[in-house]
Amino acid sequence: MDMLLSSPSFAFMQVLNSISLGMNLFIIAAGLSLIFGVLRVINFAHGVFYMFGAYIMYTVSKDLQLGFVTGIIAAAAGLSLIAIIIERGLFQWLYDKEHLMQLLLTFAIVLIMGDLAKIIWGTDQLSVSYPEGLAGATNLGFTFYPTYRLMLCVIGPLIFLGLWLLVEKTRWGRLTRAATQDMEMLSALGINVPLIYVTIFIIGSALAGVGGSLAAPINSPTPGMDATIIVECFVIVIIGGLGSLWGSFVGALIYGFVFNFGSVIVPNWQDVFAFLLLMIVLLIRPWGLFGKPEREGH
Amino acid sequence: MNILDTNNLTIDFGGFIAINNVDFALKKGEKHAIIGPNGAGKTTFFNLITGHLPPTKGDVKFDGNPITGLAPHKIVKLGLARSFQRINIFPRMTVFENIQTALIARDNKSFKLFIPASAQNCQETEELLALVGLDGEALEIAGELSYGKQKQLELAISLAENPSVLLLDEPTAGMSPQETAVAIALVDDVAKSRNLTLLFTEHDMSVVFGISDRISVLHHGEIIASGSPDEVRNNSEVRRVYLGESDDAAT
Amino acid sequence: MSWNISRGVSITCFIVVLLLVCVPLAESRYLIDLSTEIMVYALFALSLNVIIGFSGNVSFGHAAYFAIGGYANAILLTTYGWPLIFSFPAAIILSAVAAAFVAYFCTRLTDIYFAMLTLAFSMLVWAIAFKWRSVTGGDDGFVGVDVPSFIDGRVPFFYFTLTVVTISCAMLWLICHSAFGQTLIAVRENLTRAGFIGVNTRMMRGVAFVIAGAFAGVAGAIFAMYNRGVYTESAFWAESAQVLIMTLLGGMYSFFGPAIGAAALYLLERFSNEYTEYWPTVLGGILLIIVLVLPDGLVGLAKRIKTRFGRVNNQ
Repeated sequence: MDMLLSSPSFAFMQVLNSISLGMNLFIIAAGLSLIFGVLRVINFAHGVFYMFGAYIMYTVSKDLQLGFVTGIIAAAAGLSLIAIIIERGLFQWLYDKEHLMQLLLTFAIVLIMGDLAKIIWGTDQLSVSYPEGLAGATNLGFTFYPTYRLMLCVIGPLIFLGLWLLVEKTRWGRLTRAATQDMEMLSALGINVPLIYVTIFIIGSALAGVGGSLAAPINSPTPGMDATIIVECFVIVIIGGLGSLWGSFVGALIYGFVFNFGSVIVPNWQDVFAFLLLMIVLLIRPWGLFGKPEREGH
Repeated sequence: MNILDTNNLTIDFGGFIAINNVDFALKKGEKHAIIGPNGAGKTTFFNLITGHLPPTKGDVKFDGNPITGLAPHKIVKLGLARSFQRINIFPRMTVFENIQTALIARDNKSFKLFIPASAQNCQETEELLALVGLDGEALEIAGELSYGKQKQLELAISLAENPSVLLLDEPTAGMSPQETAVAIALVDDVAKSRNLTLLFTEHDMSVVFGISDRISVLHHGEIIASGSPDEVRNNSEVRRVYLGESDDAAT
Repeated sequence: MSWNISRGVSITCFIVVLLLVCVPLAESRYLIDLSTEIMVYALFALSLNVIIGFSGNVSFGHAAYFAIGGYANAILLTTYGWPLIFSFPAAIILSAVAAAFVAYFCTRLTDIYFAMLTLAFSMLVWAIAFKWRSVTGGDDGFVGVDVPSFIDGRVPFFYFTLTVVTISCAMLWLICHSAFGQTLIAVRENLTRAGFIGVNTRMMRGVAFVIAGAFAGVAGAIFAMYNRGVYTESAFWAESAQVLIMTLLGGMYSFFGPAIGAAALYLLERFSNEYTEYWPTVLGGILLIIVLVLPDGLVGLAKRIKTRFGRVNNQ
């Protein structure tokens, strides 16, 4: 705590840490929020998708030495493929069933993919190196800061912009937004609703994969990393508001700051903080900062 | 004596004013129909009265007592029951249990943890079943009944509350002419034998002009006419709204 | 006061209890332990079903009350030296109070947020149990529970568990078949309509939640003594997920379903662990089957087979 007050560069570094953490989390949380916004399902498997993204990055960049950017692309592609298989193979049979069944399906995916990761990549913690151009630190004048994290601070907003343009400015985006309001109506208008579902699922999952691949150098791929990230995502999307892009962005930033400054000020109690924050938001304003209140009733 | 009053009742859905300053009075003992083109706001109007929607402005009084903003279950206890346009029953319970549960709720026994459900209000349940003509189907699963019988069950559940006022939202929707005649005869019988005041929405004009004492016409969230069937039939504004609409449809 | 118990049900229950009473006679430690654990989980699953099957809500954090019951009983018995006659009810009351607190806020929320809040609370309980080393033992768990002497032995403890679980199940059965229980089913079937017949649905679901929490606390309190320790895993979401799957596997639309599901899942896990270390995958597979094919669980499947059979016989 004293360090924060006495050293402005330390404090500034914590700010950057919060932003870079937030941006990384945003990419992942945005996917979760997007899927919920349209499909009305909380995809518990989002955590294992992230984990697979990280593992794929390991395989592509470290094992196969094909480069970091290739790793990102591979993660996006790999998760897109997985998403298609899951959505067409399993999920589509449950659209008219109760939400509980859909949630449980995503949970079944968590269980299965979790074991799959262990089988493919083993149970040891793997390490992924920083890409050459982004390793090391940048001189910001009054302090040095890891270049990779700076990249995250830049990429996050870029992806946000891309998603925002996609959702707000394209015809597809307009259809998707309409889909969140009235699925039946769209179907009656002849719009290919299953296609919208699949596309959303793919984009959301790909985002998780990309987020995971980007996180790989920082958070070494290891079994169980899905559990940590899914909780963080829950906190973010609840704070920000399920289904809201702005919500994921702001929520992720808030989480980044609370977590970072929390672990500096009150070390070791970050976990409690996270769940406490989650509970408080649910108690006071469950639809979060940018979400819309839903009416009671099934 | 008005058993139900609304004053300046308004609901504004963020710019879309579904019900606009409606002053409405329901006389005790009458059968009052609310008609109007689709989208006029009939179901919304009902939702405002039964506590399912809080109004933006205005108030609702039941028997002189304000009920605006009360929770639905409290309004039901005051004697205002309602049936629904879409079938709204308890599908996986038996027909018998559907009605029995309503009676248990009426008698405020819902929270009794240690009295057996099966033994409650059995005779009264059977009477209600007989009243609506479902005594043969007591042990059937409600969700598996035919549409017409489900509507009868709907009616029975509403009656279980011993209401003094019954709101029926399109009671003959989706019915053939024979089914409609049977359903309306039943409603009429029940209203007479139980001294009910009836407020209902309908599209079937033969029903409306057949049994109503008074009719009100709702259009774009406002009441444009209210009176006896003859008065409404001859009202120029009503004719414009209805005949005007059908002219558009023709072109 | 006619409780309308079908003959089949009463005979089956009688036989099951009789069999359980005879278990210690087989003189197999394995069998006694297995039966004790299954009984505890059966009660745990039955309690969860009051929320899911009977009021139609989903809880992803039911383990919280199991854990609170366990920790409370363990701590009161051991750290504070309370006699069981006080610690046991106190543990149940604490679970019930926690459930009441959560229920008060949960019942204001719609489905998704309801479920998220239950999850958040149980993880909060987990996190606190994890950090509060001085009281709960933290990561190492609360070990060395002071089990009262009269049940300090495999067989006496078994009969203690059998008694408490049987009484609890009986109480739950009565509650679920009472006026309250039937109204609760109506709330599950059609929330809006239940409101329109004069039921205070919010209060109903709240009371159901508290009852569920209390009986989960009973299960947890027993387990703490059986295990002679309470560990943070008891509150972890995996525990909540497991009991949820037990409930669904057995069948959420029947009273005894969850108990059957608990036994089935427990035995399946034991069996699976003999052959593979990938129990999560097996569990995932079971879950997929439930979700895609058997939403009404094993009991539902049995009912459907019975009707099929009946139709065939009637021809």
